[in-house]
Order: sequence, then structure tokens, then C-alpha cells
Amino acid sequence: MAHRDQIKDVISERRLYSSRLLVAGLLVLAACAVIIYRYYGLQITDYEKYSTQSDRNRVHVQPISPKRGLITDRNGVLLAENRTTYNLSLTRERIKDLDATVRELQQLLDIDDDDVARFYKRLKQHRGFSPVPLRFKLTEAEIAKFSVNRYRFDGVEVVGSLSRYYPEGELYAHAIGYVGRINEREQGKIDRDNYAATDFIGKTGLEKFYEDSLHGTVGYRHVETDVRGRVLRTLEQVDPVPGKNLQLYIDDKVQRAAFEALGEERGSIVAIDPRNGGIIAIVSTPSYDTNLFVNGISSKNYKALRDSLDLPLFNRSLQGQYPPGSTVKPIVGLAGLEEGVVTATSEINDPGWYSLPNSTHRYRDWKRWGHGTHVNFNMAMEQSCDVYYYILAHKLGIDKMSAFAHQFGLGEYSGIDLPSERRGLMPTKEWKRQNRRSSWYPGETLLTGIGQGYMLATPVQLALSTAILANRGHQLVPRLVMNSSHPAAAERSDVKLNKDSNWDVVFGSMEEVIYGARGTGRRLKGAPYRLAGKSGSAQVVSIPQGELYNRDEYEKRQHDHALFIAYAPADDPKIAVAVIVENGEHGGSVAGPKALAVMNAYLLNDQGELRSDL
Amino acid sequence: MSNSDFVRQMGANDSSFSANTGLLRRLHIDGQLLILLLIVSFGGLFVLYSGSGGEIANVKRQAVFFGVAYFGMFVVAQFKLSFYRQIAPFAYVGCIALLVAVLLIGVGAKGAQRWLDLGVTRFQPSEVVKLVVPMTLAWYFSTRPLPPKFSHVIVSLIILMLPTLLIAKQPDLGTSILIASSGLFILFFAGLSWRYIAAAVAIVAASAYPAWHFVLHDYQKQRILTMLNPESDRLGAGWNIIQSKTAIGSGGWYGKGWLEGTQSHLSFLPESHTDFIIAVLAEEFGLRGVLLLMGLYMLIILKGMHIGYMAQDTFGRLLAGSITLTFFVYMLVNMGMVSGLLPVVGVPLPLVSQGGTALVTLMAGFGILMAISTDKKRLLR
Repeated sequence: MAHRDQIKDVISERRLYSSRLLVAGLLVLAACAVIIYRYYGLQITDYEKYSTQSDRNRVHVQPISPKRGLITDRNGVLLAENRTTYNLSLTRERIKDLDATVRELQQLLDIDDDDVARFYKRLKQHRGFSPVPLRFKLTEAEIAKFSVNRYRFDGVEVVGSLSRYYPEGELYAHAIGYVGRINEREQGKIDRDNYAATDFIGKTGLEKFYEDSLHGTVGYRHVETDVRGRVLRTLEQVDPVPGKNLQLYIDDKVQRAAFEALGEERGSIVAIDPRNGGIIAIVSTPSYDTNLFVNGISSKNYKALRDSLDLPLFNRSLQGQYPPGSTVKPIVGLAGLEEGVVTATSEINDPGWYSLPNSTHRYRDWKRWGHGTHVNFNMAMEQSCDVYYYILAHKLGIDKMSAFAHQFGLGEYSGIDLPSERRGLMPTKEWKRQNRRSSWYPGETLLTGIGQGYMLATPVQLALSTAILANRGHQLVPRLVMNSSHPAAAERSDVKLNKDSNWDVVFGSMEEVIYGARGTGRRLKGAPYRLAGKSGSAQVVSIPQGELYNRDEYEKRQHDHALFIAYAPADDPKIAVAVIVENGEHGGSVAGPKALAVMNAYLLNDQGELRSDL
Repeated sequence: MSNSDFVRQMGANDSSFSANTGLLRRLHIDGQLLILLLIVSFGGLFVLYSGSGGEIANVKRQAVFFGVAYFGMFVVAQFKLSFYRQIAPFAYVGCIALLVAVLLIGVGAKGAQRWLDLGVTRFQPSEVVKLVVPMTLAWYFSTRPLPPKFSHVIVSLIILMLPTLLIAKQPDLGTSILIASSGLFILFFAGLSWRYIAAAVAIVAASAYPAWHFVLHDYQKQRILTMLNPESDRLGAGWNIIQSKTAIGSGGWYGKGWLEGTQSHLSFLPESHTDFIIAVLAEEFGLRGVLLLMGLYMLIILKGMHIGYMAQDTFGRLLAGSITLTFFVYMLVNMGMVSGLLPVVGVPLPLVSQGGTALVTLMAGFGILMAISTDKKRLLR
């Protein structure tokens, strides 16, 4: 090959090469300029754009759930708290064979198929690296059992989380209610941002009514995540604001006394402090354990509650609308005094029945032969004389009677701080025209005068009207929560009488109910304080509850409801109580002692003496 | 910059190494080139450490690769240039045989068939071809008067096209581009007339349409389309480009700081320790870092050109020019594709991207440059 080199023009080749090298150098510079221009464009000109994009890539906002506010009674006894429960959670990303793992866990921990089905549903909503709960609320034994076998289960762990717990579930089922998992309907209503980290929401009772303040404000954690969304570190955190604690007027001791007084009966007791409207006790029986609902009640348990003839889920205190019977007499009587249709001393003759002028229909007294020829105001109250009130009501007229009763909250929403209150009914002529498309009959006035007919009241209304009465017409809004954040819907003005002494006439007659020789509430007179009250029985005209099979049961359910209202101490009322025992028959003997038990629990100390600190 | 400046500057720099020139010359090592290479590869290890998510194991492995590659460079530099010229045609024939073997019995991954399984290790013949093709063409032209005659150009194009097409068929678009360009650079330095160059550019432009429809694979077309509009496939093929542009752009002038690059550390950036490592550098060291690296690359290119300029014969000249420009193409294609300027083809960032085989080839190329460089000095002495 060497011979060919010799014929080459070495000098010109070299020159050629040099010029090409120069061109190449220029091309290199030009290309570099393009590259630099490109990087300059990205890094300097568009820096803002890409910088933002990079931040958006990595920074994610994670909501942190606020701690739900606690609920305590007036003395600080916990009624609703947050407890750590342990859930069994699976992290899909770390599990090789998910189905096999679930099957093995099912054998180990006795997890039913419902749980598994719900787990697979939840799994779809979570990303692979976040733990998804399979079983909630592991028992100590289950945790131990799992711990021993933990080595077999990679990616399965016991995770603690806060869950609502009601230490006295049954006792407060209808007052405090419960929280449950947010459902689709609620999803639409809530502020999604604030609930971004929350699974639970108040479903009934105070938990629902005070949801806003109990829930608190969600916090945020700005976290850096990788491309799969896995959290790598926290950049910034805005702490959640825990929900407000609620302190109730309720006295746990009194609530328990009320609950125990009702025992196996169906009924309700409501006790109000007439000085401020604070609810001291509010019970509806039968009740149920609210803790069952928190993590989703099993369909079997729910069916049992729903289908029970005794309607444990029904909140009788707020939604039970009963004819108040004779317990309405103090207010009707006061109306009669105030309108001058009766006086404290005027007397009537009670032959055991009353007929309207130009009518032969006899409206009967509860006492077949009547209360005698000299029934005055006090006596009519003491013995609950119906004829006296037929006459009084007839003279008064339905509209005056209604207007007066409305001032005491009958037929009106009480404005209590609980959801789903019902209004009861205090009829007027106008009401009947609009709702029954019929004119008012004078006989209906008579029935209303003894708390029957169309008239309906809830236990809360009865307790409230008693409290308003007891504090001489001063208006109240019943409240469970001290310093409630909810103002009264409508300010009602106090009941003003033309003749102030009429209060004392009614009060005196109500004391006669207890202390009179033939008082319907005379069983209650042994208390170490003076009290005033009124018994009532309400006819069960129709039976609203479901189907009935048992003939004996059917008969029992046609018995009258027993009612009793009372307040004490008579000279300085600190508690007003309303008691309803469904089908209890006798207000004085069945409902009365229950009212006494509640008042005793509130007014007396452990030694049985009147408390001085109230 | 005139040629004489060029020479004077380099000469002046040479003298500063005078203390070492004796030993280095005996070892056939070009001191300046070695220092530049060491600076880039050492700096590259820092970027690699960050790009591989702080995994020291990756850096250690790369350091081992560097050791092997530098040793390879040293060995390659020891042979006389005439040795390479003599073996070039035989090596070429051997390479063609190997490439055919790859297509027949090769093993591969990700739909490509690039390796020969040697039992102990896997061997990628196309890497050797990167050196053998320019060597063969340099040999071919060194035995003929320059500028080349038309018939010589045709022959050289055939020599060039054969391996290029065999590799494109594997398919390995990145490597075949590098090989084709390394061969074309030989033609360019051999003095291919401008008329031919202009005609070639015209032919390439005219054949773009048929090439699109008949030559390119679907995935290759997809890459080009994606490059033109990455948003069209945000989560698919466009993802890489969007994320690497975000990484580069968010670096700004100062960068986020070493190990502070969020795009790469949170694994938004794909292949952050291999082909896309420039994005890590751009994100963490900013445009300053990019310019510094480019500056170093430019110095290496300048040095390579100087070696070609000083080379004593045509073979050395052509080979030095081709190796230098091919090195530049690496840089250009890699930096272009990561910044979304060019379609994504698998070309590593020289001396920085992790990877063993390509590094060894690259350093072998520098070994040849050193052989050319010291060959001159042998003659001068």
C-alpha cells in the first residue's frame, strides 16, 4: 500500500483537511448555539412555567381529619368520646396474592363474607400503596391471634384509628344519636373540602344537630409525593382545628334515673330546668346501643330494631305525638281564670256528664257518678274533673283556648337543639277548615279542653309548657347544650296575665293534686320538698304502630297512655318534668312515681336531702 | 479563529504539561485529553449519584466501568496507528459477519435484537462497529488520492451502508445514526466535494416522505410525532419528554442544588441515570451546569480536532476527525432529544450516562485519538 501514498499530494490533502476542519468547527459551534438556545429557552425564558409544573408534580395536599368534639353531661361525664380502635388493613402493593391472603385471614380471624365484599369495593377507591381496612374493631384476642401469625402476612397490618364511642350508648341513644359513615346523599350536602379526611358524620340526635361544631375544621398536609403518589415527606402542615366539645345540661344521674324509671315500659321522660330551658334529662324507651351503628350495623341487628313492635328507633320525646289528656288542664284552667269564665271559687255541679245546650249527647266524666255538686277550681284540678273543664272550655271557645295554649308552646315547635322535632297539634277553627275541610263543632272544643280530640303534644312540649307555667310565663327555648351555638328560631314573648294572682291559683291547685286528700298524685307527697303536678290519661283512639298479631298484646296496646307533669320545688321551681308511659293507663299511679324519681334524682343529694347547690 | 491561532494556543498549553510529557509520551497518553476526560467522568459520577436516587451502588458500578474503560483506552493507545490501518479491512469483514449473526441468532430485549450471547456475558457487536466503520473508511481513503473520485465515493458509501442497515434492522436507530454519521464524517474530511454534499442533502430531503412510509418502524414514527407534540400522549410516549422538559426548565439558571432535583428524585423523570441524565444535571445545577458541561465537551472536541490537525498521515487525520465529530453527535443528539428538540433515540450522554458497553467503545475511540496524537510525537522525536 505504501506505493499509493507516494502518488498522493500530501500538501494539498493537508490543506483540504484543514479547511474541512474549520467548516466542521463552525458547524459544531452552530449546533451548540442551537442547543444552548434551547436550554436557555427552557431554563430561563420558560422557567416559571416549568417550575410551577414541577411543583404541581410533586406537591400534593393531604387532608387531615379533625378530632371530633366530645360530649359530656353538666358534670363532665363523658357521653360521646373518641376511642382508638384497631382495624386490619391490607396494602395491595405489598401483597403477592391478594385473594389468597384474604382467604387465609378469613380463616384465621373469622371475617364474614360481607366484610370481604365491602373490602373489595373499598379497594377500588384506594391506590395500591395505601392500606385498606378489611375488618374493623379487632378485639384484643384477634389482635393477639394476628400478631402470632403476622410473619405469614406481608403487607397486612393492624392500624389504629379514632372511632366514636358512646360509653352509655343505650341511655342516650335518642338524645346524642350516633355518627355513621357518610353516604352518597350526605356527600352532596356537605362541604367536601372540610370533610375530605372524614369518614363519619352525625346521623341523628345531637351528633347531627351540632355536626358543624363537633366536626371541626380539616387540616392540610402538603406532602411531596413520587410519581406513584407515595408520600415521601411533609413540606408544610396546617393543623386541623378539633371540633368543639359540647357540655350538656343533662345530668347523667338524672338521665339514668329516668331511664331506669321507665324500665321495660314504652314511653318518654323529659325534664327541663325552668330557669334557663336546659334539658336535665331526655329519655325515650325502649332504646338501643348506638355503638352498633358507628361502623355499620349488621343487617340482622338492624332488622331486629326496625321491625320491633316497640319501635326502639322511634324518638318518642320529640316525635311521639300523644293526646296530652288532663295534663293540659293547668293551662286550660289558667286560660279560664284569665278570661274570667271561671274564678278560683266558682263552683259547678258534676253529675258525671255534660251536655251542650240543645244537644242530648252526653260528654262523660272519667268518674261515672261525677265529683259532686260543689266542684270548684282546686277540686277540679285535684281530682281531674272533666265536666268542670267541659264547661270551662265551652265558655272559653276553641280559639281563645288555642291561642293561650300556643303561648305555652303547645302546637309549636319548641326549638330544641335536636333534629326532627314534631310540632304536635293545638287545633283552631281555622286549622280544621284548612286541614279537615270541615267546620268546627262545639263538642270538639270540649274534647280539646281535656286534652283529647285532635290535640297532640310531644313529651318535650309537655315538659316545656310545664316549665313555662312554673316560671310564671317566662319563655324558654329547650336546650341540651350549654352555650349553644344555635339561637332560638323565633323569640316568643313571655306570657303576661292581666291578673297575676291567677298564677298562684293554678299553682295552688296543682299542689292539691299531690297534697289533696283525693289528689290524683297523692302517691308523690312523701318527697322532702313541695311539688306541684298534674296527672293525665289519654285514650288511644287508634293504634298507629304496625301490624299486631297477639290478641293479649293488642288489648294492652289499646289501654290509655299514662301521663304526668310536675315541677318542684313548688315555691322555687328548679325542674319541670313530663312523663308519658304508653298504655300505662293511670297517670297518677304509673307515670307520677316516675316523675318523682326523676325529680328526686335531681333535687336530692346522696343523703336524700335537698341539694343546696342548685 | 485562524489556523495559526489554533496551533499556537494548543502549543502553549502543551508546554504546561512539560513535566509529565516524558512519562505520558512513553505511555502514549495525551495528557490534556486525559485530564478533560477525567474531569467530565468524575463530575458525571456526582450527577449519576443523584440521578440514580442516591444509590451509591450505581456509582460504584459506574466507577468500575470507568476503570475498565480507561484501562481499555490505555491498551488501545499502545498500538501503533499503522496496526489499526492494517487490520481495519479484516475487522470490517468480521463485523459484518457478527451483525448477520446477531440478526440470525442474537438475543434481545424490548423488541430489539442487539446482543450475542457468549455464555458468560452478552456482547453487542454494533458497539465495535462504531469504531471499525470509520477505521475502514479511513483506511480506504488513505490508500487513494484525495479528494475522492466519484467511484470511490460510491464504494465508500457501500462500505458504510452495509453495517448501518444491518444495525437499523435490529432495530437500533441511535447506533445506526451514529455509525452512519461517523462514516459520513470520514467522507467529509476526505474532501467530498460540496456539490455531492448538496446533492446528498437534497436526496435525503426528497426521500423523507418514502422513508416515513416504508423504512421507519411504527414506534420510531411515534417518537417523532411525540417529539413534535408531546401533549398528544401525555401519559404514554409524551410523558418522558414532558417530564424531562419540566426537569430542565425548573432548574432555571442556578438549579435546585445537588440531590435536590425533585423531578428525578420523585421518579417523575424516566431513565434518570441513563439516557435522560442531562435533565438531572440541568435540574440540579441549572443552565450554569449545562454550559459548564458543554464547555468541557467543546474543549474535548477542540482537542480532538487539534489531534487531527497535527496527525501525520491521512488515516490518522480522517479517523481523528470522525471520532471527534461522532463524539459531538453523541452530545448533540442526547441533549437535543432530552430537551425535546430531536426525537427520542437511545443515545447516551457521553461520559455521564450510566452504561458499560457504550462507555468502553467511547473510551476506545479516545484511545485511538491518543494513538494518533502520540504517533505524531514519535515521528517528531
